[in-house]
Amino acid sequence: MSRRVPPALLVPALVATALSLAPVAYLVVRAAERPDAALGVLLRPRTAELALRSLGLAATVTAACLVVGVSLAWLVVRTDLPGRRVWGALAALPLAVPSYVAAYTWIAAFPDISGFWGSVLVLTLCTYPYVYLPVAAALSRLDPALEEVSLSLGRGRAAVVLRQLRPSAAAGALLVAMYALAEFGAVSIMRFDVFTTQIYTSYRAAFDRTPAAVLGLVLVVVTFVVVLAEARTRGRAAYALRGTPARRRVAVRTWKAPVLAWAGLVAALAVGFPLVSIGFWLVTGTSRGLDLDTLASATAATLGVSGAGALLTAALAVPVGVLAARHRGGLARFVERAAYVAHALPGIVIALSLVFFAVRYAYPIYQQWPLLVLAYAVLFLPAAVGAVRASVLQSPPVLEEVARSLGQSATGALRRVTLPLALPGVLAGTALVFLTAMKELPATLLLRPTGADTLATRLWTETGSGSYAAAAPYAALLMVLAAVPGFMLGRRET
Amino acid sequence: MSGLKVAGIVKAFSGTPVLRGAAMEVADGDLAAVLGPSGCGKTTLLRIVAGFERADAGSVLIGGAEVGHLPPEKRRVGVVPQDAALFPHLSVARNVGFGLPRGSRERIAECLELVGLDGYGRRMPYELSGGQQQRVALARALAPRPGVVLLDEPFNALDRSLRTSVRDDVRAALKAAGATAVMVTHDQEEALSMADTVAVMREGEIVQQGDPVRLYSAPADVGVAAFVGEAVVLDGVSADGTVTCALGTLPTSPTSPTSPTFGTAPATGSLPALDTLPALDTSPATGRRGAGRVVVRPEQLLLSAGGEATVERVEYYGHDAAVTVRLPCGTPVRARTRGDVPHRPGDKVTVRVDGSVLFYGEIVR
Repeated sequence: MSRRVPPALLVPALVATALSLAPVAYLVVRAAERPDAALGVLLRPRTAELALRSLGLAATVTAACLVVGVSLAWLVVRTDLPGRRVWGALAALPLAVPSYVAAYTWIAAFPDISGFWGSVLVLTLCTYPYVYLPVAAALSRLDPALEEVSLSLGRGRAAVVLRQLRPSAAAGALLVAMYALAEFGAVSIMRFDVFTTQIYTSYRAAFDRTPAAVLGLVLVVVTFVVVLAEARTRGRAAYALRGTPARRRVAVRTWKAPVLAWAGLVAALAVGFPLVSIGFWLVTGTSRGLDLDTLASATAATLGVSGAGALLTAALAVPVGVLAARHRGGLARFVERAAYVAHALPGIVIALSLVFFAVRYAYPIYQQWPLLVLAYAVLFLPAAVGAVRASVLQSPPVLEEVARSLGQSATGALRRVTLPLALPGVLAGTALVFLTAMKELPATLLLRPTGADTLATRLWTETGSGSYAAAAPYAALLMVLAAVPGFMLGRRET
Repeated sequence: MSGLKVAGIVKAFSGTPVLRGAAMEVADGDLAAVLGPSGCGKTTLLRIVAGFERADAGSVLIGGAEVGHLPPEKRRVGVVPQDAALFPHLSVARNVGFGLPRGSRERIAECLELVGLDGYGRRMPYELSGGQQQRVALARALAPRPGVVLLDEPFNALDRSLRTSVRDDVRAALKAAGATAVMVTHDQEEALSMADTVAVMREGEIVQQGDPVRLYSAPADVGVAAFVGEAVVLDGVSADGTVTCALGTLPTSPTSPTSPTFGTAPATGSLPALDTLPALDTSPATGRRGAGRVVVRPEQLLLSAGGEATVERVEYYGHDAAVTVRLPCGTPVRARTRGDVPHRPGDKVTVRVDGSVLFYGEIVR
């Protein structure tokens, strides 16, 4: 395709780029303004302690997710476990449970669970599908001949299977680790102090916000180190995945009872328990009366700000996605990569930098809805750009060329051919952003107008003050909202 | 409608030259074929004419006006891509009307009729067969009355059985519209049977352009001779209108050109200046003395029973057959004969040459 980018694409794409890069840039500027103070925060023993706590949590959760995810994937895909299809569907379901909702259900039932192990439990149950899904997919495509060769050479099955699963398991583990590092809601409900919660506290408590900025930067650095480490362990071996070969399943035989118990336990803890707990508190709460006004205003605020966020995100994602799909060269690559930077940034860091930014340069929108809408756009731009790019790639460039030869300008060809064809994908991506934004907690908590609430902040506040029954309707609504994208995606695949 | 002239087109992709001064000319209303092996740069040449790529050097003239600096939408060039590339979200009628102002219903109907698809306007592209899609793509390209229509291997995606009939339809529609057209193909049969003029492309250059008959009977060099049809190539020594080779002493073709010629130059006398044409490596020379190469077409070789040559292999194709014969000097040659060939491997035969042969004074690639 042509190297020249039409201005109708370039200008909005550059705006999106600026918006995506602004948070990190601003944190750096902010910390550099007072280097002494920044260095002081950095060298405090407390900072090292927080780093250890965050990394320890991420490492433990990742290890636990690998055990749960790989074992379930192997049982579902490669054994004759009774009820495999049901277990398979159940295993992916926890993705629909927002982690802070899960944390709420656990702490409401067992107040003593708070702390490190409570956080590990909740995060593992919510994020093991990130390992389960890619590993199950890789297992079902694995060539059984490799296993048979290994068996015939006396090396057993596990050696070759585990080696072949490494890339998919590592990719899943990376997602889990990043999720755990960035997690705010669940750990704060579990009252386990890590980087994110400390950033929030020092932002709220102190007049001097340099510590928050420095901690945010450290968290960004830690996250990038994890990403780089994962890329290095991937190694250079080639991984042969073929079509879907016919295979014999491994018989579970005498292991049937313990294996069934394991699959059942995971499903019960990850899906069953939150539902039962919410149901219990919902019944307890409604018998005591329901504050419908607050619920209605929180729902309205959630729908409004998430809708605006989704629209802005889509408006920015379309030019970036088209650029990424249709143009090569340094500029297009830079714009696309910049949009993905936010992917590795914890929500609380993005929110924090936007606060700093608004206080100094855009005071009128400080603690107003527009700032939160902007934060959603930065946070969810990666997901939306991915959706736009994929759907634009589905319409072949030759169609644009034909449109050009029939008298359309580059922009006209985009408007009359490529965008109409990409529209379903763009709409699906926008809907996904909308639903994800409704569940967003840390940025919403920092950036919402004073006194205003969304479903997520309301749940967080009520849980924090021990009003578990009052929190139940919010948890129930959030669970329903979270189930929608899973339902949509499921329908698409069939 | 108007003629097309490209001259001195140079194009490199990240340092790798793809076109090295390609030049050709198509008269108003003619159908030209650019014939070349895959990777020779013919599609790139087409994309440069369409404006999808910019040439590093050279000029593109449509109706005598330079268009090399214009974006595609300003060039009035219609395009028929390899797989039709109909807009999948638009009906056939809206596809054809894409390049027309709103409400051009009559022109749409006219164009659909031109390609034999009247009444198909309401269908969606996925409801059409491959051949029908290709014809809609042609109607869409013709609708805005472009100066030139470009077809990029338009029959590649079609079944062999369908190809012949779609070829006829496309040629008829182009002729009925009076369109100047350039078609890219690697299929010499397609090029020779459809086009008014054929340009042979090799390694980024047009090595010869001419009408099909002339191209086949008087190729510019051995390479072109072998590319536009099957050829038996032998060493030979020429003297006074004859050449002596393994097949005996044979008359050389009186039609062999003595200089690089663009065979069907437009009758108006707008023959491209020679200095804008690519230099040819060599040219067949009549009456030139010396050692060189002889090109004989397999269908010129006539076999009769009894003689010094030995039949090695018979490939039977039904309508004809290819017989490989080893000459007494040890050189194998391939002859085309009727299908009911009486010879069997091991038979002794005599090989005779019908008509005159081509002689090239120098050995070329």
